[in-house]
Amino acid sequence: MELLVASAIGVLTAAGIYLVLRLRTFPVILGMSLLTYAVNVFLFASGRLTIGAPPILSDDVTTYTDPLPQALVLTAIVISFGMTAVVVMISLGAYLGSDDDHVDDQPESTGSEASQ
Amino acid sequence: MSLFLIVALPFFGALLPGIMNSAGRSACFGVTFTVTLSAFVGLLTNLPTVLAGEVVMARVNWMPELGLNFTLMLDGLGFFFAFLILGIGLLIIAYGRQYLSRDDHMGEFFTYLLLFQGAMVGIVLSDNILLLLVFWELTSLASFLLIGYWKHLPEGRQGARMALAVTGMGGLAMIGGMLILGQIVGSYDLSVILQNREAIQADPLYVPALLLILLGCFTKSAQFPFHFWLPHAMAAPTPVSAYLHSATMVKAGIFLMARMWPVLSGTPEWFYIVTTAGLVTMVLGAVIALFKHDLKSLLAFSTVSHLGLITMLLGTGTAFGALAAVFHILNHATFKAALFMSAGIVDHEAHTRDIRRLGGLRHLMPVTFTIATIAALSMAGIPFLNGFLSKEMMLEEAHHTVLFGSHWLVPVMATVGSLFSAAYCFRFIGHTFLGPVRDDYPHKPHDPGAGMWLPPAILVVLVVVIGVAPFLVQDFVFMVTKSVIGEAAELKTKYIKIWHGLVPALYMSIIAVVGGLAMMLVFKPLSKVWETTPRPEAKVIFEAIVEAIVRLAQALTHPLHNGSFTRYAMIGIVAMIAAGYHAWATGTVADPVRELQAAGPVPIAGWAMLVAATGGLVVMHRNRLLALILIGIVGLMVSVGFVYLSAPDLAMTQFTVEVVTIILLLLALNFLPNRTPTESTSLRRVRDAGVAIAAGLATFGLAYHYMLRDTVAASISEYHLANSYKGGGGTNVVNVILVDFRGFDTYGEIIVLGIAALLIYALTETLLGGPVRRRLLNRIPDQARSGDMHPMMMVVLTRVIMPVVLLVGFYIFLRGHNEPGGGFIAGLIVSIAVVMQYMASGFSWASARLKYPYHGVIGAGVLVAGLTGIGSWFVGKPFLTSDFTYVRIPPFHKFELATAALFDLGVFLAVVGAVMLSLESFSRLARRADTEDSVHPMDIDPSRNAAASGSAVDMKEDT
Repeated sequence: MELLVASAIGVLTAAGIYLVLRLRTFPVILGMSLLTYAVNVFLFASGRLTIGAPPILSDDVTTYTDPLPQALVLTAIVISFGMTAVVVMISLGAYLGSDDDHVDDQPESTGSEASQ
Repeated sequence: MSLFLIVALPFFGALLPGIMNSAGRSACFGVTFTVTLSAFVGLLTNLPTVLAGEVVMARVNWMPELGLNFTLMLDGLGFFFAFLILGIGLLIIAYGRQYLSRDDHMGEFFTYLLLFQGAMVGIVLSDNILLLLVFWELTSLASFLLIGYWKHLPEGRQGARMALAVTGMGGLAMIGGMLILGQIVGSYDLSVILQNREAIQADPLYVPALLLILLGCFTKSAQFPFHFWLPHAMAAPTPVSAYLHSATMVKAGIFLMARMWPVLSGTPEWFYIVTTAGLVTMVLGAVIALFKHDLKSLLAFSTVSHLGLITMLLGTGTAFGALAAVFHILNHATFKAALFMSAGIVDHEAHTRDIRRLGGLRHLMPVTFTIATIAALSMAGIPFLNGFLSKEMMLEEAHHTVLFGSHWLVPVMATVGSLFSAAYCFRFIGHTFLGPVRDDYPHKPHDPGAGMWLPPAILVVLVVVIGVAPFLVQDFVFMVTKSVIGEAAELKTKYIKIWHGLVPALYMSIIAVVGGLAMMLVFKPLSKVWETTPRPEAKVIFEAIVEAIVRLAQALTHPLHNGSFTRYAMIGIVAMIAAGYHAWATGTVADPVRELQAAGPVPIAGWAMLVAATGGLVVMHRNRLLALILIGIVGLMVSVGFVYLSAPDLAMTQFTVEVVTIILLLLALNFLPNRTPTESTSLRRVRDAGVAIAAGLATFGLAYHYMLRDTVAASISEYHLANSYKGGGGTNVVNVILVDFRGFDTYGEIIVLGIAALLIYALTETLLGGPVRRRLLNRIPDQARSGDMHPMMMVVLTRVIMPVVLLVGFYIFLRGHNEPGGGFIAGLIVSIAVVMQYMASGFSWASARLKYPYHGVIGAGVLVAGLTGIGSWFVGKPFLTSDFTYVRIPPFHKFELATAALFDLGVFLAVVGAVMLSLESFSRLARRADTEDSVHPMDIDPSRNAAASGSAVDMKEDT
């Protein structure tokens, strides 16, 4: 089980980073989403893996999984939605404003000097 | 009055003029004056204690670990300066009321002025040198605002920037010096530092500390070679020049030299640096002042010169020098502020400050003439005026000062300085007021109302009173001087008087005045020589230096920061991998203590789907819609994984977030190209893949490694498990952690989420307000639109499902404390229910039925959560302490009431508001001019279309 989760984290990270290094905004956003999954699962796994022992207290159960990483990851998931939405909005605004969805500055658009 | 109150009054008062601005100029002036007067009276209540030789202290610990405490101290020196700052402040405020025109924003001006006043009072009352530095920087900032008050004038902006650059730079140097000083002594309290003269002067770091502190003082007090900013700061309104650049701010450097005098002075380094800088500044300032045609420039350079004089006196390191310095600070503040205000009156009335266009004003402005003449004669050092007294003392001190082994250098230079000083004073009087009345003034001048001339007149009365009866202020000056020199030296008593007999100082004085008069006779040819002599222009040099620094910064930054995000990301990732590898290679690895858990066929199948979807995503990411579907599979598998690994809350959250994220990305894809073109070379792709695989291996190794080992230290999770029910009243530990144990974190998180949503809203507004709007409205979609925009099936289904989904959301919310669920998940579910309505019936139909704007929902959520937290204050508990109880209302079962549920309600509202505001913003972009807004939930009634086709054209024009 640990091997599966760890390899899934590795695969998600590798795919996420590959996409983050692309040149257009959309794949970069997808890459960041994949990285978000990877990071969330990674943090979650720091509570070690337990099968069938959710942290819901009950009188006839004695073992529970670690609840703390779950709580932290829960808010991280929601925040990551906010982050994705902001990044999507920024890239959309940039695309609509300039008809260009490159991530990097294009050669003709550089050279904006700091104004006095 | 408490010292804290004296310092705090101007700061709090600074809020008032801005508020009172709409109540009229008099109200605005009234509050400013009242605030300053209260602080002034408060200061005076401390006078008896100070006169008795005691030091008033006030102390509040701020950051004691850093040695930074809010300690204030009022001794003679502090009282003297605070008196000048607040007393002259009152006159300046009264003057400013009359000076500012109707177009000037008076509230803004007085707000800045009070901020500055508070910062200055803070400097002179600080006992802690770190606190002093805070106020010191505040004066730089406030003076920046004041100098640049007339934002429309380029000179104002440039002058403000120059002043900030120079004094700010000096302030930074001083921070270094003060820190060294604090390190040497082991305390940042002035009262302690001042007791440690021997320790400081014996320390090897004395010289660096001295140099850094003097750099701060010299830049602030415009000493050579940093004198150039002061004349450019004259672009400020005259009340500012009179206040900052004659009486207060430029004296801050002098104040600090006086404050540090007992511990820093008396060494050869101090003597040579301070005396020389003062002497050079005094002579240079006086010479330049003589040839300035702008009244305020003339006064600015004369201020530079007089500050040099005071600096030189402090530099000599003798008790008599300190006495003369203190006395001259007082005298200079009175006559120079009066002179600036007179120059302002002339400018205000004649509409010019150019001395070449003036003359003969004696007949037109007799009151102003009298005031200005007395003040100028005092500055020139004419007997029976206060300037004479302190100038005599300066010459006396100069007579005894031996610099660089020469007995002649200082006396001669001092006499030359005084000579030029007398000359520019005579020029100020002669060329402005004397001579024939002209008929080509830009504006016919006459004396202003009493409101404007009364403030300088009060100062001039002081000039005469002190000049004629110096014994009135003698005790006060002695008291101040005693607190400057501390125990370091003995003071010769009874020196301040008009007649000392035929001493060398008198001869020097006579030479200066006669020479000054003689120079006026040959002014025209002298001026011609001066105009033709080439000399360095400080502003040009300053601009060139700034330009060079900017170019250097660009040369460093541009190659590094070339606008390529991909490159930054690459550098960051490679650096992280390298750092991780380094840690791995140099650290020690413990043996695994946990067993691998066996994985059944179902988890392996789920894993295979996740890996296949991820791989497919990488291979096929150029087809963007397909990529979205694949990432949806990935998210789904992650959710399933959470369920399997005992995290039902996470699974529910991930699942619902997945839905809204995909909707969001679909909305975005509506505008973006459908395909990603191939641009990168295959070599580059191989390189990226290499880096990505390395990173993937690294995270795999790390995750796999730690999952087989236990935590190094015991986790706090056991505490949470043990206390969740007892302390938090809930059995769902994850939810109890979120709303109770770590409620403050959650509170921060919903605020962040709300801010993100507001940011999206603001960006949408900006886009729709700009040139993009037209393009959006006239966009032609790249794919055929659906013929049935709002399908009946979907409308009916979503409408039927809506109450069910809301009920589920409500249920999930209520059970959250004990079963998987809670505010976050319920919020997301309810959002999905509402979003479905938007999808089914269109944006305009849905938003027309929206009763509560989503901003408000976010705000209400944050407010509910915050108020729940504050509620615990009323029972004397810390913020966000939760409580719960069990209630039984027949015929229901016993149930629980917890304040945490109220907090969770806040979370719920904030999540709903944030998600909906984001999605709504996106869909607002999707409106187009050629599609009519849907008024009906679905578009199936053909008769309606026939009837509406006539009005469709009108609707297009509306949008």
